[in-house]
Amino acid sequence: MPMIEMKNVSKWYGPVQVLNGCSTAVNKGEVVVVCGPSGSGKSTLIKTVNGLEPFQQGDVVVNGISVGDPKTNLTRLRAQIGMVFQHFELFPHMSVTDNISLGQIRVLGRSRDEATARSLKLLERVGLSQHAAKYPGQLSGGQQQRVAIARALAMDPLAMLFDEPTSALDPEMINEVLDVMTELAREGMTMMVVTHEMGFASRVAHRVIFMDHGQIVEDDKKEDFFGTPRSERARQFLSKILHH
Amino acid sequence: MLTAFDWDIIRRTAPYLFREGMTFTLTLTALAMTGGIVFGTLLAMMRLASYRTLSTAASAYVNVMRSTPLVLVIFWFYFLVPWMGGWLLGATRPIQVGAFLSSLVTFMMFEAAYYCEIMRAGIQSIPRGQMWAGYALGLSYWQTMGQIVLPQAFRNMLPVLLTQTIILFQDTSLVYVLSITDFLGAASKVAQRDGRLVEMYLFVAVVYFAISFGLSSLVKRLQARLTVPGR
Repeated sequence: MPMIEMKNVSKWYGPVQVLNGCSTAVNKGEVVVVCGPSGSGKSTLIKTVNGLEPFQQGDVVVNGISVGDPKTNLTRLRAQIGMVFQHFELFPHMSVTDNISLGQIRVLGRSRDEATARSLKLLERVGLSQHAAKYPGQLSGGQQQRVAIARALAMDPLAMLFDEPTSALDPEMINEVLDVMTELAREGMTMMVVTHEMGFASRVAHRVIFMDHGQIVEDDKKEDFFGTPRSERARQFLSKILHH
Repeated sequence: MLTAFDWDIIRRTAPYLFREGMTFTLTLTALAMTGGIVFGTLLAMMRLASYRTLSTAASAYVNVMRSTPLVLVIFWFYFLVPWMGGWLLGATRPIQVGAFLSSLVTFMMFEAAYYCEIMRAGIQSIPRGQMWAGYALGLSYWQTMGQIVLPQAFRNMLPVLLTQTIILFQDTSLVYVLSITDFLGAASKVAQRDGRLVEMYLFVAVVYFAISFGLSSLVKRLQARLTVPGR
């Protein structure tokens, strides 16, 4: 059974169709990169996995639980899926440690001491121990995004979703975030990553999904995607972002 | 000409004015503010809800309250609440509510409409992604609101909320239409008993001005200090 399975997912904003019959599956321990031109529906697709974006047709099944079923306890399901956002979305009124502890205390029911201990361990892991008491606004973009990854990991997720985790970062900070993600992938985390970082995709991903106009145009093994993409659109996209 | 005034009356009656009147005024302001902010925040959440019924009901309430003179609302509540209370409790006769409770309920409900609009702006000033981040952690709607969105919205809106409270403080003087002894009511009683209208009303104005102006200056200073580190 795949960890994440999408079956014919379609979504409309009013009359505009933003997702058009998207089907794919992500197995346990697999790293799948989703790429495509802006406005192609990548972010919307990834947000259907934890129900942040509702959809009108099809279904998404995570670890055997249907996201589209109105009877599903979405709150409980979301607690098992980590998500990292383009603009970090750390809570600016809480210290870095409290950001990582909040979900552990409120959702997992850990004690404050237990949660803090875990948060500090995760901060060490992303190399930010000395910033534990600071507020998000006092950190650089790259540091904030690493805190956001730690916050998601604190929930011991079954899978992690990354929605353009490096596209709001200054170039010199991109690698510090990608390094953390690479390490996570090496440890066998199931990951779905929306990104334009083709270097990361070719090093870390198992599969690459290419989207255009709300459709999944390609869903290939990494070697095939970077070797000989089948569609003209994917070829054009690759030549645009690889040659500059 | 100034010798015709008896300024000493202020000195003689000040203890009464402050002990009886100002205590009432401040109590009413504090309670109405607390209730108004709580109820107003709930209204704001309703206005922003995706359920049509909730948002329509909330905005109808806010529009009615904001389009009605406060004196009228005070009167209406004073005469209606006993009847409504009696009806709700299944009693055949109107219940005894008392001027204080009636005016407190009035101000809470009236001010809630204004606090609602302030909180609505505050909630809308928080990026949608913050809500998403809360949900993604598995927090419920109420947890996300209570832990993430509302604390930030309050912080952003605190100066405006306090400014509205200063207006509320002045507006509470309208309860004198219910013959309540608030600060203005107390002064007004003395003024009419001793025929010292000019002295007393001038004194009342000066006190209201001093308190309101002092508080506004405090709000300004608070505003400058209220910045989250690094933001």
